[in-house]
Amino acid sequence: MAKQYETVIGLEVHVELATKTKIFCGCSTAFGGEPNTHTCPVCTGMPGSLPVLNKQVLEYAVAVGLATNCTITQYCKFDRKNYFYPDNPQNYQISQLYLPICRNGKVEIETESGKKFVEIHEIHMEEDAGKLIHDEWDDCSLVDYNRSGVPLIEIVSEPDMRSAEEVIAYLEKLRMTIQYLGASDCKLQEGSMRADVNLSIREVGAKEFGTRTEMKNLNSFKAIARAIEGETERQIDLLESGEKVIQETRRWDDNKGESYAMRSKEDAQDYRYFPDPDLVPIVLDDAFLEEIRAKQPEFREEKMLRYKEEFDIPEYDIEIITGSKHMADIFEATVALGSQPKKVSNWLMVETLRLLKENSMDPEDIRFSPENLAKLISLTDAKAINSSVAKEVFEVMFKEDIDPEKYVEEKGLKTVNDEGALRKTVEEVIANNPQSVEDYRNGKEKAIGFLVGQTMKAMKGKADPGMVNQLLKELL
Amino acid sequence: MANIISDETIEYVGILAKLELSGEEKEQAKKDMGSMLDYIDKLGELDTEGVEPMSHVFPVKNVFREDVVTNGDVREEILKNAPGEKNGMFVVPRTFE
Repeated sequence: MAKQYETVIGLEVHVELATKTKIFCGCSTAFGGEPNTHTCPVCTGMPGSLPVLNKQVLEYAVAVGLATNCTITQYCKFDRKNYFYPDNPQNYQISQLYLPICRNGKVEIETESGKKFVEIHEIHMEEDAGKLIHDEWDDCSLVDYNRSGVPLIEIVSEPDMRSAEEVIAYLEKLRMTIQYLGASDCKLQEGSMRADVNLSIREVGAKEFGTRTEMKNLNSFKAIARAIEGETERQIDLLESGEKVIQETRRWDDNKGESYAMRSKEDAQDYRYFPDPDLVPIVLDDAFLEEIRAKQPEFREEKMLRYKEEFDIPEYDIEIITGSKHMADIFEATVALGSQPKKVSNWLMVETLRLLKENSMDPEDIRFSPENLAKLISLTDAKAINSSVAKEVFEVMFKEDIDPEKYVEEKGLKTVNDEGALRKTVEEVIANNPQSVEDYRNGKEKAIGFLVGQTMKAMKGKADPGMVNQLLKELL
Repeated sequence: MANIISDETIEYVGILAKLELSGEEKEQAKKDMGSMLDYIDKLGELDTEGVEPMSHVFPVKNVFREDVVTNGDVREEILKNAPGEKNGMFVVPRTFE
């Protein structure tokens, strides 16, 4: 019988923190600036410049550590990781090796096969590197240091995962936790969350781990799943044909669906870490940790439980709404303004999701305010506008966060509740459509739909369809 | 000299430091490194049992800055330090992984 293999996976996850400034200097972290316009002597590694730690970075790192059940290192330091590469102007990256800020954490994940814990080995703070652009024309490379010094945390898991499904559940869990903390938006596509996959295989039941490879360049959950599948197969093929797995870093090419060994940054990997003498030790007392703990938000699991108890909305809605902290915030704020939860949820689940999808946006990009959504709901509740007008207004609101009350007023979209005017229009429609009238009288119930449509058209959409229906039945 | 640096070691250190040494320089570097290591050995004679390794000499801790943008755009000044400049970027020899 063929040998049975098991895949063993550990992850190194880099998360870009949502600070306004870089980790060691007062340069902006804003995206999309002209090259090198967010730089200074510190983040371009000029001799004599001195780094000073951004307190917000420390607070975010501790908050993530506490949320992932880590022990916080109350005496912690920064170290220099030495390597030569033009994206790294100091010739060392400031990182943490000896005393990382968080250690020994764990998070619970849930997959089809049940719940399990994934342990976190450590979380450390470090700085991002600059961006290299290759100039084919002049056969040289160009460097933009705007990203140099942007704060990152690296979350290193134990090799506790056994399938792509578990890896994705773990990443989702981290993403939700960190988004809820507001510590990062964690977008894989945009690189604010990056995962390197360490993978090895072994025979089922074996005690020892096999030789692992590290896979980089994974920009989506789908790419991660495919890369895990591809690398598992590659390693099994090697072992089955009597060859060995070589410990190396591989780059995944998602278009080709295969990976290739990367040339390493140095022929010999030896980072010669040592404590950074420019940065003084960080000593955290219990009071500081308590302060951060007290600021922890309600996380997704707790929120889901509370929604189930408090609101009469389907479980599926709860899952989608709490799947984004921003969406959950809008939901709660709108409900707090007096709107019925089920109605708020409907606007989010149907129209909002549709528009997000059509515009390839994330829930985090929602711009309309809870106040305006609440106003729109009360306009429909009061039957001041009908549902198709409401949808129209919502589309504008989704784009520009307009005040629906004013908009409806200005554009004259209010439903005509003047029965006299409506009755007159209905009479005209009946007079102009004898065929449909006859069909209806001969028992073709459906014909009334056409007459309702004609009336709505004549009223330019500003009528209550229920009322039109009623009047038609009365007059026919 | 107690510490003898091998040719392989000096070759390896050269790679790490991105230095190309001539034969003569290699011999000199071997000698220098050997005597440095002898000095370290001398320090090793001290009894440091129970002494925490020291990475900072000053009794200073927790120096932080607030998360407020304080730097403006000084690209022109910064690029004066560049070996070469193109399109607002530092020009370096072609580098890729």
